Amino acid sequence: MAEARGLRFEQVVISLRGTRLIALDCTIAPGEVLTVMGPSGSGKSTLLAAITGTLDPVFDMAGRIRLDGRDLMSLPTEARQVGILFQDEYLFPHLSVGANLAFGLKPEVRGRAERRARIEAALAEVALAGFGGRDPATLSGGQRARVALQRMLLSEPRALLLDEAFSKLDTGLRAQVRKLVFDTASRRALPVLQVTHDHSDAKAAGGEVVVLG
Amino acid sequence: MRAALSTTSPVPQRAPRRARFLPWAPLLTLAVMLGPVLAGLLGTLAPAFGYMPALGGTGVSLAAFDALFAWPGLSRAVMLSLGVGVAATGCSLAIVVLICAGWAGTRIFGMIERLLSPLLSVPHAAAAFGLAFLIAPSGWITRALSPWATGWERPPDLLILQDPAGLSLIFGLVTKEVPFLLLMTLAALGQVRPGQSLRVAQALGYGRVTGWLKVIFPLVYRQIRLPVYAVLAFSMSVVDVAIILGPNTPPTLAVQVVRWMSDPDLAFRFQAAAGAVLQLGLVLVGLGLWRLMELAVARIGRLWIASGARGRRRGEQTMRVGALVLGALAALAVIAGLAGQVAWSFAGLWQFPDFWPDAFTLRNWQRHGPRLVGPATETLVIAGAATALALLLTLASLEAEHRHGLRPATRALWLLYLPLIVPQVAFLMGFQTLSILTGVDGGRAAVVLAHLVFVLPYVFLSLSDPWRAWDRRQDTIARALGAGPDRVLWAVRLPMLLRPLLIAAAVGFAVSVGQYLPTLLVGAGRVATLTTEAVALASGGDRRVTGVFALAQTAAAFAPFALAVLLPRVLWRNRKGMRDG
Repeated sequence: MAEARGLRFEQVVISLRGTRLIALDCTIAPGEVLTVMGPSGSGKSTLLAAITGTLDPVFDMAGRIRLDGRDLMSLPTEARQVGILFQDEYLFPHLSVGANLAFGLKPEVRGRAERRARIEAALAEVALAGFGGRDPATLSGGQRARVALQRMLLSEPRALLLDEAFSKLDTGLRAQVRKLVFDTASRRALPVLQVTHDHSDAKAAGGEVVVLG
Repeated sequence: MRAALSTTSPVPQRAPRRARFLPWAPLLTLAVMLGPVLAGLLGTLAPAFGYMPALGGTGVSLAAFDALFAWPGLSRAVMLSLGVGVAATGCSLAIVVLICAGWAGTRIFGMIERLLSPLLSVPHAAAAFGLAFLIAPSGWITRALSPWATGWERPPDLLILQDPAGLSLIFGLVTKEVPFLLLMTLAALGQVRPGQSLRVAQALGYGRVTGWLKVIFPLVYRQIRLPVYAVLAFSMSVVDVAIILGPNTPPTLAVQVVRWMSDPDLAFRFQAAAGAVLQLGLVLVGLGLWRLMELAVARIGRLWIASGARGRRRGEQTMRVGALVLGALAALAVIAGLAGQVAWSFAGLWQFPDFWPDAFTLRNWQRHGPRLVGPATETLVIAGAATALALLLTLASLEAEHRHGLRPATRALWLLYLPLIVPQVAFLMGFQTLSILTGVDGGRAAVVLAHLVFVLPYVFLSLSDPWRAWDRRQDTIARALGAGPDRVLWAVRLPMLLRPLLIAAAVGFAVSVGQYLPTLLVGAGRVATLTTEAVALASGGDRRVTGVFALAQTAAAFAPFALAVLLPRVLWRNRKGMRDG
């Protein structure tokens, strides 16, 4: 059964009114990164929407996407266990940093003390100990990126999607955050699919590169 | 094998509990909104053609129309309604368009935008009372000029208020329709993104106003056409403002219809129904006339654009300043009118040429305050219920649209405006008849349902744009974190949209507070709100008590707006990201 692990695309074809945008047939093994590159409008984000289950109904999709052997297509977004990071962090602006993390933390972790301890540990892991009460709007770009990463990890995803996730950060910070994300993904053995238009992202990922468009 | 085992762990399935109601929400909303309108129209048509078994009318006849056409004031009333509607709409639109053309993007325009919400929340009747306080022969304007300039020691015998040509009525309508149309134009401008096209036109040597009229206006007008039609229909058929400011002999058609309807002699019901049908036809004629004018303006506009005229500087300046002065006059009339009501409600002895009363006192409020309690409670209960229902239906419809990928058709917008375009008298009379038949007449519940017809479109229009503009990726992020659609709605979307939600609620509340005719007719005169009481007092001519009631009415409409602005500030005082959201 080992070959069933990871994010698997079985003859996936996405088309828009008869025009084929994407065709993919491959497996991203746990801890591996697949980079999809292409100009804007080439359907990169459409592919990610197909995986999260938020594909606009105007697109037609054939084939199957499996995660660790499970067919994702019949599942609603919230049951797919796929984590996603966008260019903007989308920290919920009305919640504190700690409440944002609590939103991600699985409800199976019970008890106030236990949940709080898990959140504090997640913050400490990325050098943000004591930030739980902060307003997300007061954080720096690098801090926000780390909170978004930890929030996503607390939901215990089995795969990670990166949608131009680093393109808003400036060069120094970008390398730093990128390393953190890729290291974490490989340590947790998460299959990673990143879409980007930046070659340095592809290089940093080190995995296979598919070019669209 | 461990991996294989973990894949068999039970997958949390989305419970399809609510899926049963939600997809039906848009249809239910339409039914609640349009059902009373359509049923009411039928209920008006039947007695107009003689069918009303309760009053002995069982056949079909044109007797009601014969009686209607035999009324000597008819042709004047019809012309008055038509003239007032077209003039008020034309003036309001011209002022709004020229203000936008001349001032959009300037600091003055920012100030105008901030004035909008408070001006909008003033109920029509209260604004009309305010204007009456200003322009009456014994009003503030004559007082300011007397006796030093006019020589008047007592109020002159002039027919300024309720003048036979309806000029003060037109003015009163303009003061309230300018803010409404301006708000609608601002929303349209947000979608048109005028900055670049205007800069291109200016680079080609076009003046600001001329460039805006030639490049932006055609795009904007397409978006505000329905609100303009609503203003036209409203101005042609308004009752409360026309009772306060309009002429009496004869009054506008809508006012005369209401008089017949409230006549103790029930035989007048048939004539009233015929009049209501005529009012509907009149509004349709008015809309057709307006459409013809649109075509004519479009043709002239095309020739003007083809001529390449750039606009003269002096003409441009005149138009800019002129529009601003007229707009300021409209705003000032409402604000000074409110101030006048404050003054009257606290006034002791206040003799004619004096600009201020001899003394300010709490006596008026002490005397009439207790009479306010009943109508105020009734107003709050009805407005609260209508607003809550409207919010619930609107949210359910928008959420159904979101979850089930429904696309709102452009036609749906027409349906939303239908209750605002069909004249109130034309269907409320039938609605009243039907509510008698179904046994809910004269009750609070029927009034709430009637208010809902008008509250719903406004709540929907005000909430749908921010709701649809919410970043879909917030939803994707929250769902990817494991939250189901219900949790995303309650824990993410609603809190993030709290401010537009509260504004929509405030708009709905203010609309309900301002309703006169639905309360009067559907409540069968037994449901007394601040608005019905205030209008009823208008004929009494006691300015102190009118001031008290009109101010209470304004406060009831305005307080929710203040709350909608303050509450998010308090709740989100530690959330910078929510401050301008």
